[in-house]
Amino acid sequence: MARARPQSLRQRIGDGSGLFWDRAAHAAITDLAGGTSLGGRLHELTRKSVAIATGSQLTTALALIELDGVARRITILPPDAQPAHFAALFAGAAIDAVVVDRDTPTHPAFALPVRVTATAEIVATEHLPAASLETEWVLLTSGTTGVPKMVVHSLDGLTAPIGAGRRLDGAVVWGTFYDIRRYGGLQILLRAAIGGASLVLSSADEPIAEHLVRLARHGVTHLSGTPSHWRRALMSPAIGNISPRYVRLSGEIADQAILDSLHATFPEAAVGHAYASTEAGVAFEVNDGLAGIPAGFFEEVRDGVALKVEDGSLRIRSPRTASRYVGSDAVLADADGFVDTGDILELRGDRYVFAGRRGGIINIGGLKVHPEEIEAVINRHPQVRMSLVRPKASPITGSIVIADVVLKSGGESGEVKSELLKLCRDALPRHKVPAAISFVAALDVASSGKLARRQG
Amino acid sequence: MSVKLTIMDQMSEIAREHGKILAPLRDDLVLLDSGLDSLGFAVLVARLEDRLGVDPFTASEDALFPVTFGDFVKVYENGAR
Repeated sequence: MARARPQSLRQRIGDGSGLFWDRAAHAAITDLAGGTSLGGRLHELTRKSVAIATGSQLTTALALIELDGVARRITILPPDAQPAHFAALFAGAAIDAVVVDRDTPTHPAFALPVRVTATAEIVATEHLPAASLETEWVLLTSGTTGVPKMVVHSLDGLTAPIGAGRRLDGAVVWGTFYDIRRYGGLQILLRAAIGGASLVLSSADEPIAEHLVRLARHGVTHLSGTPSHWRRALMSPAIGNISPRYVRLSGEIADQAILDSLHATFPEAAVGHAYASTEAGVAFEVNDGLAGIPAGFFEEVRDGVALKVEDGSLRIRSPRTASRYVGSDAVLADADGFVDTGDILELRGDRYVFAGRRGGIINIGGLKVHPEEIEAVINRHPQVRMSLVRPKASPITGSIVIADVVLKSGGESGEVKSELLKLCRDALPRHKVPAAISFVAALDVASSGKLARRQG
Repeated sequence: MSVKLTIMDQMSEIAREHGKILAPLRDDLVLLDSGLDSLGFAVLVARLEDRLGVDPFTASEDALFPVTFGDFVKVYENGAR
């Protein structure tokens, strides 16, 4: 008998209207109290390690609520998961069952004996299996090259930040630009489900204007996204349709310009930025309208969360962090329980401000990029001696990548530039292709023998 | 080349590089309907800084991003002065 846990997510669904909409369908999640979206097959997933390979966010949301407490482990495949990684992920998480829907692409990894089809329709039933397990929730990181890391959370850890933040009265309709299969979006799903709120789900191929109109039609009151999501939304004339009471930013560093823009666009709204990552969970929320973190946050443990700066980077110890990785020996937290976020902080006056990522990782609209991967492609060109890929601040996506290239003597720079761009376009996803390539005489090499990468 | 022509030139080049189809660039065209996405605009702003020597969005305190193509050109025409 597994250790009893207080309540499963299904049991924690809050009172309220609780309608979840996606582009095509909607469901009343309170119906899950006595119903199922899994065609009467939930019991087959009892104690299984289940991959969520659904295509629609609505069926994903319903399946997650149903599986908590029933499955031993839920591994959530994000929409951009690479099919080439499925075999490694399925082996790493010991997956022995899969939940699909009609939007799931065909892949041999999904051909498991226990393969349950989820729908957006909740059918009443009196035969729901007991939800008594402490299910492991496994999320995939987005920052790594190669196979993503699989990060283990518990429902208690995932829901710990809820209620610690700002409370606003009245009926709540959440919306998020995130996909709920990412940490930032999952937070909003859990907030809506437990808070008895409604939720407007996003859809990857939906134009932003239509998404905003849909948010307006459902009366969104609370809306969350990355600064890049918000910058894109502010470029749409349809932004005028919505008037949220709470505007939330997370997943990237919120600069003062985007905070000011949101204040100007929604003068009545509370605008807050949260620091959260898949590994560290939600660490804190800043609600004073200013970028950066008040230094006071580091002086006391707040809501169980301790923060410190060590070797320049933000470290977090909290009940909301992931507990470990599966399928990897990598260590998540240090001996004192602190997770190193890799985000470099500098104290300016009475606030800490973000000054880039350790190791030069570049964040482009929420997607992390390792400069070495791009440099390796550029360095393949026979005329290139060395290259340095670095971030450049962008008012649209936070950062973009640009490349400084040293050519071998006699290199013909005009043609080489277009050849390099073609090389990158052929080998890399679009966001990793340098926006600009400059030819320079030399690059700094640090005493370690490595390319000198400026932080920030 | 005028500021406007430089912008049009760069937009069509980026659309081609990104495999997007550019809408006819009329002044009232909503930028998000132009065929370029966020990444496309991020690249555009970076390239225009190269060509025109100014990034008016980062330079200015007024951070509101323009909505139409005509507004976008105006921001650069004002910034490049």
